[in-house]
Amino acid sequence: MTHDLPENPSARTAEIAGSPATASLDLASEFLSRRTPLGRVRNVLHRYPAISPAVVLALSIIVFGMLNERFLAPANLSLITQQVAVVGTLAVAQTLIILTAGIDLSVGAVMVMASMFIAQTAVKNGLPGPLALVAGLVVGLAAGAFNGWFVTRLKLPPFIVTLGTLNIFVALTLLYSNGATVRGDDMPPLLTATGNLLPLGEVSITYGVIIMLVLYVVVAFSLSKTAWGRHVYAVGDDKEAARLAGIRVNRVLLSVYLAAGAILAIGAWIQIGRANAASPNAGVDLNLDSITAVVIGGTSLFGGRGAVWGSLLGALIVGVFRNGLALAGLDVLYQTLAVGVLIIVAVAVDQWIRKVRK
Amino acid sequence: MITAQELDSSHETRSQTPVLQAKRLVKTFGRVVGLDGVSLELFPGEVLAIIGDNGAGKSTLVKCLTGAEIPDEGEILLDGKPVTFKRPQDARDAGIETVYQNLAVSPALDVASNLFLGREVRKRGILGSLLRMLDTRRMRDEARAELLELGITTLQDVTVPVENLSGGQRQAVAVARSATFGSKVVVLDEPTAALGVRESKQVLELVRNLRDRGVPVIMISHNMPHVFEIADRIHIQRLGKRAATITPQSHSMTDAVAIMTGATQG
Repeated sequence: MTHDLPENPSARTAEIAGSPATASLDLASEFLSRRTPLGRVRNVLHRYPAISPAVVLALSIIVFGMLNERFLAPANLSLITQQVAVVGTLAVAQTLIILTAGIDLSVGAVMVMASMFIAQTAVKNGLPGPLALVAGLVVGLAAGAFNGWFVTRLKLPPFIVTLGTLNIFVALTLLYSNGATVRGDDMPPLLTATGNLLPLGEVSITYGVIIMLVLYVVVAFSLSKTAWGRHVYAVGDDKEAARLAGIRVNRVLLSVYLAAGAILAIGAWIQIGRANAASPNAGVDLNLDSITAVVIGGTSLFGGRGAVWGSLLGALIVGVFRNGLALAGLDVLYQTLAVGVLIIVAVAVDQWIRKVRK
Repeated sequence: MITAQELDSSHETRSQTPVLQAKRLVKTFGRVVGLDGVSLELFPGEVLAIIGDNGAGKSTLVKCLTGAEIPDEGEILLDGKPVTFKRPQDARDAGIETVYQNLAVSPALDVASNLFLGREVRKRGILGSLLRMLDTRRMRDEARAELLELGITTLQDVTVPVENLSGGQRQAVAVARSATFGSKVVVLDEPTAALGVRESKQVLELVRNLRDRGVPVIMISHNMPHVFEIADRIHIQRLGKRAATITPQSHSMTDAVAIMTGATQG
C-alpha cells in the first residue's frame, strides 16, 4: 500500500499491520507470462493439463513405430492395452486421491487383498461368482474407509497412513491366504471373464480393458460435471478455502477414499482375469506404477490440478515405452531407466506450469 | 469521559431492530482472552467498520459472527432472534456471507465455479437428478449477470481460473460471491489489504453498491482513509473489548487512532 502514503499522510499512522505491495509484482508476472511465446504455451498447458502427456504418447508411438514395424501391428497394440489395464485402473483411484493433495501407497496392497478375498470366497467358501465379487467390493470399501478414517479423523498425512496400511494389508492378505495362489481354472468363469478377449476387427481387447475405460468415463464425468468433482478439486487446491466456502472437507475426503477402495476392488477383478489367477504376491508394487501413471499424466502431486484422462495417457505412455524398448531389443533395465527419466521430466514440467501465477 | 455504554445507548433509541446483534461475546483461547464481553449492532442499510490494533479481537469477533468460531459466552441475534452457528455453513444458510482475509477462493477453479462453490446448480430433469450433472452454462450466465449488476467490469471472462487474476480481481470474485448469496449481511475481512489504489477504489465502490442494494456490510479494515470514506459507523476494538462506536462525522481519524491505541478512552 505504498501508493497511499504520499496521498494521505494519516494513512501512515493507520497502517499498523502494513500491507505488502503485491500489486506491482502481479503486474510484472502478468507481463512476463502473457507476452512471451513460452509464457503463452505455459498458459495453455496450465489450462489443459492433458495436452503434454497426449503429445508425449503420440510422439513415442511414432518413434517406436519407426524403430520397429512390429510395434504398430494390431496384435502388439492390443497387448499394450491389456498390459496397461490393471495399472490404468489403479491409476483412476490414485488420481482421485492425489487430486485431494494426498497419496495412496496402499493401492496395490488393497487390490491384491480384494483379489484374494474374491478368489478364496469363491473357491474355499463356494460363493457364486457375483457374490464373491461383492465380497471383494466390501473389502475394497473397508480398506478405503480405514485409510479415509485415519486421514480425516486423526488428521494423519495420507503418506504415513497408507505406508502403514500398505504393510497391514499385505500381512492380512498373506495371513488370510496362507500365501497360496488360487488358480483361475478353479474359479467360477465370471471371475476370470475380465481376461476374455473381445475381437474388434484385427484388434482384440479384453473385457478388463473395457471395464477400465468405463471407469475412466464415469470418474471423468463425476470430476468435471458434478458438484462432487468441483469439491474434490477445491479440497485439493486449498483445504481451508474449501471449508470456508461451505464444503464439508472431511466428507469429501472420505468419499474419495471410499470411491478409491471400490475402484481397487474392480481392479482386483481385472487382475484375476489378466493373470488367470489370484496371487498374494503379485501386484503389491503397483502402487508406485500407479503414481507414475498419474504424475506422467500431468496431475499435480500438490493436489487440485489435473485430469483423470491424463492418468490413462500416463499409464499408456509407460506401457508404450516398456513395450517399444523391448521390441527395440534393449535390456529390460533400460525400460526402468526410461520410466525414471519420464517421472522426473513430468514433475519438472508440472512445477514449471504451476509458476503461471504464485 | 464518555463510556462505551453511553456512546452505544444512542443507537438503542433507533426504532429499527439491528439486523445482526452480538451481546457480550466472550471467547478465550487457552489463557488468551480473544473477546472479553463484546457487543455489536449492525443496522439495516449501513456499513459498519470494525477497526482495532493487532490482537484487539477484530477477526475473532467476526469469526464468531460468521460461525468460524463458537463464542464461549454471549448471544448472537439475527433480526432479533437468537441464533447459534456451529459451522460457517450455518451462518451462510442464515444469510450471512463472509469474505475472508485469506480469500476463500479455489485458485484452480474458474470464476463461475468459484462464485457457486459449495452451492452448485444442477441441470433440470433427469440429467440433474439422476446423473447429478451441473448446469455449467446457467452458472456462467448467472455469474456474468451478477458481476455486471455489481458493476465489476474488469472480469469479462468467467471461465478464467482465478489464479490467473490480479489481486483486485480475485477480491472482486470473493465479494461478488458474498453479494450473490448474502441475503442478510455481508462481512468483509480486510477487503482492501494488499490492493493497489485503483483496485481498492473498485472494491470500495463494490461495498457501496452492496449497501445501495440494501445489504448491510460489516468491514474489518486497517486502512483509516478507506474506513472513513465508506463507513456509516465505526466500531473500535481494543484489548478484546469494544472501546467505542463512533461515526466519521463525530470523530476524526486521529481521534479514532487515539481510541484504538488507548491514548484516549473514546
